[in-house]
Parts: sequence; C-alpha cells; structure tokens
Amino acid sequence: MTQDDINRQAFREEATELLTELESALLELEENPDDHDLVDRVFRAMHTIKGSGAMFGFDDIAAFTHDVETVFDHVRNGQMAVTKDLLDLTLAARDTISYLLDCADTGEAVDLERTRGVTSGLRKLVPSSLAEGGREIEPETAATEDEPGSSSVTYRIRFRPEETIFFSGSNPLALIDELAELGACRTFAHLESVPALEELNPEHCYTWWDIILTTSRGEDAIRDVFIFVEDDCELSIVKIDEGGDFDEHADYKKLGEILVERGDLSHDDLEKVLRNRPPIGEVLSSAGMVSRQQVDSALAEQKAVREMRKTRTRQEAAEPATSIRVAADKLDELVDLVGELVIVQARISQVVSERRDPLLTTLSEELERLSDELRDSTLNIRMLPIGTTFSKFRRLVRDLSDELGKKIELVTHGAETELDKTVIERLNDPLVHLLRNSIDHGIERPETRTTAGKPEWGTIVLSAQHSGGEVHIRIEDDGKGMDPKVIFDKAVERGIIAADSDISDKEAFSLIFQPGFSTASEVTSVSGRGVGMDVVKRSIDALRGSVDVDSKVGEGTVINVKLPLTLAIIDGLQVRVADEYFVIPLTMVEECVELMNRAEDARKAGMDDVGTDQQLAVRPKAEQRIVNLRGEIVPYIRLREWFHSPGDRPAIEQIVVAGVDGMRVGIVVDTVIGEHQTVIKSLGRLYRNVEGISGATIKGDGTMALILDVPRLVQCVNRERP
Amino acid sequence: MGKTIMTVDDSASVRQMVSFTLKNAGFNVIEAQDGKDALNKLKGPVDMIITDLNMPNMDGITLIKNVRAQAQYKFIPVIMLTTESQAGKKQEGKSAGATGWIVKPFKPDQLLAVVNKVLR
Repeated sequence: MTQDDINRQAFREEATELLTELESALLELEENPDDHDLVDRVFRAMHTIKGSGAMFGFDDIAAFTHDVETVFDHVRNGQMAVTKDLLDLTLAARDTISYLLDCADTGEAVDLERTRGVTSGLRKLVPSSLAEGGREIEPETAATEDEPGSSSVTYRIRFRPEETIFFSGSNPLALIDELAELGACRTFAHLESVPALEELNPEHCYTWWDIILTTSRGEDAIRDVFIFVEDDCELSIVKIDEGGDFDEHADYKKLGEILVERGDLSHDDLEKVLRNRPPIGEVLSSAGMVSRQQVDSALAEQKAVREMRKTRTRQEAAEPATSIRVAADKLDELVDLVGELVIVQARISQVVSERRDPLLTTLSEELERLSDELRDSTLNIRMLPIGTTFSKFRRLVRDLSDELGKKIELVTHGAETELDKTVIERLNDPLVHLLRNSIDHGIERPETRTTAGKPEWGTIVLSAQHSGGEVHIRIEDDGKGMDPKVIFDKAVERGIIAADSDISDKEAFSLIFQPGFSTASEVTSVSGRGVGMDVVKRSIDALRGSVDVDSKVGEGTVINVKLPLTLAIIDGLQVRVADEYFVIPLTMVEECVELMNRAEDARKAGMDDVGTDQQLAVRPKAEQRIVNLRGEIVPYIRLREWFHSPGDRPAIEQIVVAGVDGMRVGIVVDTVIGEHQTVIKSLGRLYRNVEGISGATIKGDGTMALILDVPRLVQCVNRERP
Repeated sequence: MGKTIMTVDDSASVRQMVSFTLKNAGFNVIEAQDGKDALNKLKGPVDMIITDLNMPNMDGITLIKNVRAQAQYKFIPVIMLTTESQAGKKQEGKSAGATGWIVKPFKPDQLLAVVNKVLR
C-alpha cells in the first residue's frame, strides 16, 4: 500500500464514522429541531467529510458534500428552519455520501442522477434570498489547514513593529503568542531602542523581537500571523534549518556567521575580528561592532537550533497518540496468541506444582499474574460499546415505521455496555430481525392504539446491561402482544406440536422460534414469511447465548437475549468420562449431584445395562433415564454412552445439572474436576458437523478436552429417542 | 465574565449573523446599526469593535477615527468588514486606526478566527 492508499483508507474509516455521527445527529435533530448544537454537529461532520475528502482526492464526495453543507450552513446561521423535508433529504444525502464512498471503493461508476436528485431537492428548500449569496464561498479552507507529512522547518523571524503600532489596536505580544502556537518558539526581545525614562512615551512600542520558530506549518502560516500588521512593521522571515536529513550536521553555524547572515555585522568586520581569535561574542561587543544584546540574541538562535537538532528525533517520536487504528484480524491474532500463552502458562503451573520448588513456584505465579492481566487487557481491547449498533437501529425504526404508517419511538438504555467486537457484529442481524418484528407485528397502527386507549406513539425500549459474565439485551414493546393460544393453535396447524400437547404459556411463546412458524396473517415486505425467528435463535445459539420471549395480550412483548461477554475464553466446568476430558460452559451449569448406581440399578432391575456393553453398536434402548432431584424429575444423558467410552462405570457417578431452554437436564459423567478458564479452539473442518461438540481446549497438562454443546446434545438425544 | 464586542452594520442580517456567532462563542455583543448609533452606545467597557465600512449616517472610517479619539478605546482592536472590491478602503481604514479586516462574504469560523487573533 502506498502512503496515498493509506491516507485514503484512513479517510474511508473516518468518513464512515462521521456518517454514523451525522446520522445520529440528524435523528436527534428531528426530535429537537431548535438545538443549535445538533445543527453544529451535523455541520461539523459534513465539513470534515468535505475537507478531508478534497484532501485525499475524493473530489466527487467533497463537491457533493459541499452542496449539502451549503444548505446546512443556512440552517446553522439560523437562516433556514429544520423541517422534516430537510431532514429526509439530508439523510438521503448521507446515504449518498456513503454510496459515493462505496463507489470509490469498488471503482464502480457513480450514478450522477442520484447525487443530482439529492442536491437539486436540497436547493429547492433554500429560500431564494439565500440561494445566490450563500454559495460559492471558500470551498476549501479545510484542505489547506494542515500539510500532512511536511517536516519541521526552523525560521528566524525578525519582527520590528513601528513605534505607533498600539494605535491600530494591535498587540505585538498577542502576535508572538500566536506564533508560539505554530510550533516550538524562542523569543528574544531587543531592548536597545528603549529610551531613558524621561524620553519614554508609554504609548509607543520600542521593543523589537527575534523569534526562532520551529514549525511544520510552512512560511504562509507565519505570514498569516502578521497579516494585519505587515505594513506597519519590519518583518523578515528566513528559513535557517530545513529539518530534513541532517545526520552529521548536528552542530549549527558559528556565532559570527549568524551575525553576518542577519546583517548585524559585515563580513569584513568579522574577518578583522577573527584574527584576534576568541571569545568572539565578547570581542565583537566590546569592539562596539554589535551590541551585547545582538550577540545574546544570536547566541540564543545558535543554542535553539543546536538543541532542536539534537532533540528532533526524540520530539518526533513523542507525537501524542491518543488512539490508533488496528486491523481487526491483527487483534484476532493477538487474542489467539494470548490464548496459547494462557494454555502454556497453565501447563507450566501444573508442572511447577508437582516440583515443589519455591523459586519456580514464585516465577510461575508471577507468570500467571502477568498472563491473566495480558488476557484481560487483550480481551478488553476487543470490547466495543454496543451503542454503535443502537444508533443504526434508530434509523431502522424511523424508516420502517414511516413506511408502515406507524408512530414509533425507540428508547435505548445502556448504549455504553461493552461487548466483544465479534459478538456485536454477529448480533446485528438477529437484533434487526427482532426489532423488525416488534415494529411490524408488535406495535399497532396509531388509530388502533388510540382506540385501545394507548398513546398514539408506540415505544420500543432497547436496553443492554451487564449481568455477571453475560450481557442481557432486552427488546420491549408496548404493542398488541401475543396470545399463547393463537401461537399454540398455529403450531398445531403447522404440525410443530401435537394438538394434545400440554404446554405452559412460556413454552408456547418459545414455539415462535421453531422453523416455519409465523403468526402474521398477511405477508408484509418487512416480515411475516415465517423465516426469521428460528434464524434469530440459531444465530444467538451460535454466540453461546440464549433468547426467550414473554408477552401479554394488549400490553406488549419482551424479548430477552442473553449473551456471553466474549467468544474467545469462557469459564468452563471440566469433567472426566473414562480417560476423556470434557468442558461444560459454566454459564449453563446449575448444580452437580452424585448419582448412586445402586439405586438406579435397583430401580430398573432385570434390564441389561447397555451402557457398559462395548459390543453393542446400536444406541441404548429408548428408556427414560430420569433422576428425582429434591422432588423434581430431571432427565439425564450419560456421556459415557453417548460417546461410547470404554471401561466400566464407577460406582458413584456425578450429574451435572444444566439449564437448557428453561429445562433442567442432567449430564452424567464419571468425575467433576473443577472450574477452569477455557480458551476455545475451534475444531477443524472435518469435525464441524459433529453434534454435541462446539470446540476444544488444551488443558494444563497439554492434553485436549472437548467443549460440550449442551443444547445441541440435548436436541440430538431427543431426536434419537422420541 | 465574557468579553464585550460591538458589531456595527446597517444590514440587519449581517449583524444578526455576527452577533449570533459571537454569542455562541461566549461573548457579550452590543449591536449598532451605523457609526452614529455605535458612538452613542459606546459607553461602558467594550473590548473590541467589528464594523462595516459603508453605512448611512456615519461610515466606518469616521467611526474608527472617532473611536480612536476616545482614551478608553484608543488601543482596543477594531476590525472592519470589507469586500474584495474595496482594496483601497483597507488602507484607508488602517490609517484611521483599524486593527485588521475581514473580507465579506465570510463564514462564522473565519470571523471567530479573526476575533481570537486580535482579542487576547
């Protein structure tokens, strides 16, 4: 990638952020049309897009944005009101800028009709009184503000204002302050001309200055500082150091050379004096050729440039970096590496614990602490506030409710809640779907709402909050709600459940996540095709999350999505079956109890215990394996059977009781080993379709453990044992 | 306590824009519609004056001269609003004691940049 490509890439990223900012500012503006700060935000976003666009060669974007900005400039100046038409068009313009960006990305030809349509629409909104005067003004101030990449150059500025400068209201010190803002600055005041007190006119300026300025802004920026006074002063700006490569020349000119160069001393005089040898400054001033102050000023320059050259490298390295952009895959790689490190660390601490060597133990504990911190901060880098997606949803709600003729307000809470980047990305589609459902099926039309005695505006509350190792996202609408009976009938009609099934309301609601289920009687363009909720559930399952619904007819629907904070590392419960180790995600585990074989054997006396019989290739017979847990009937799966583990069952097995879809299911294992931080390694392509396993991890001793996908496991078992 | 700036212009819209911009930047603003009006209103502490040149009753140049004649305002920054076609006026204004100028049409941020430059 060339520097230019990098710049353009940076602009693209910046523009995308600005467009998001633009969009949310516009949406807020719609609610508070008089808020001047919001207009400013809109304007700033467009201004920056325009300015930077021109700088990096996105001329079409700059030109287009300029047109839009011109209109918004009227708004900003209070010359135009914020109307819905204006906001609609500006949002369209925002999309067009995004489209232009895409075109620049793909190299696709720009559809000029589209941009023209938006600009002409906007122009029509501008009152004719503003139309001529307002436009055509300085389209490119932003582009010239800063020259990126130009290196620092040192100038010697001699500024000698006329004595009467105060009478024009100018303040020479203010000008010097302004110069100081351009870069590193050293000022030397010449006081030679200040007269004795009785002759001094306090309204006159007798002082003049030599200023050594190191700046990257160029000579024009310096001249700009003096723009108002250049006729009322002696001003010379001389470049004394190029700031480019300087390897060997860390030293600067001799004092005499500087004085000659400044015109304070003639070359001949210098030659004459030089024959007398040093110290040159002393000699020159006592000889009366230059004043003591001129010598001091030149010495100051010499010192400044010498120091500057010495520290230049350091200075450039110390440029403040508040944030940097990193490609996402680099982060993923880092997380992978940290995962490996955590595994190695676990192995080391296991080995060390067997050695009982105090020194090694200390070291290993230190390593553990470091790798824990490293793990936490690495995972932290990937955390993003979920608010970035929320703002997108506001647009969705706005557009969709317009389209459907509904009045809906989206209220968001907890936008600052942080979630892993990957989780946020993969959460987008399911959330869009859930919101669409609420908008389309949930919230009624305004007239229906009024008749039902509800406010005309429907509300959808989208909130996110941390809860333990999880993030809970809640979508709550005050729409018409769902009737469990209707869902039940529909499910029977679709053949999803049997007509005589006895299910709770909660279970009825969860039926909407079944494939092929949809209660909307008519199919709209938004939803109602009966795909979606099952997809939503699958995507959330894939994130190791869960989703459930609650609803009350006439009052609204609540959808709860629970998600793990991160995908890379989970807390897991390690268990052993024969010689195999498995990990059960700790978030699913509710409790562990012992299973006494004798009791079970007694219960099903006379039956073959197929679990221990290796010769049997078929699955165990369809028998209900259940345990009575404090009066509650809990079905269980015996991993030993499911995975055909060799060997005999121990006399006392353990049941890990897991919560799956609101149901408690037992998983019978030989031993529960304990809780461990588990770094998830995905399985290779070959194993992707193995049911019941979602990944693998490496244990402290270097061996492998499989991570159980409990919901899938339960599903498979149910399927095979109807 | 914000500084006080007087804006003098016979065009109400320019006055409004200047005043709006300055108020948003935290300045107190006194509006005057011409030189005469400005001199009448020039009583208390005023830290800076922004004046148009072409105005009825009393033009900007005369106003500047009058302002400079008052001890209290002898050294305050006075910025004149000029147009590209008035290059000659710029010099005239400077001689009368103007600190600097802004070329019309200008944008709010240009205005603020100049204000920040001369008003310290």
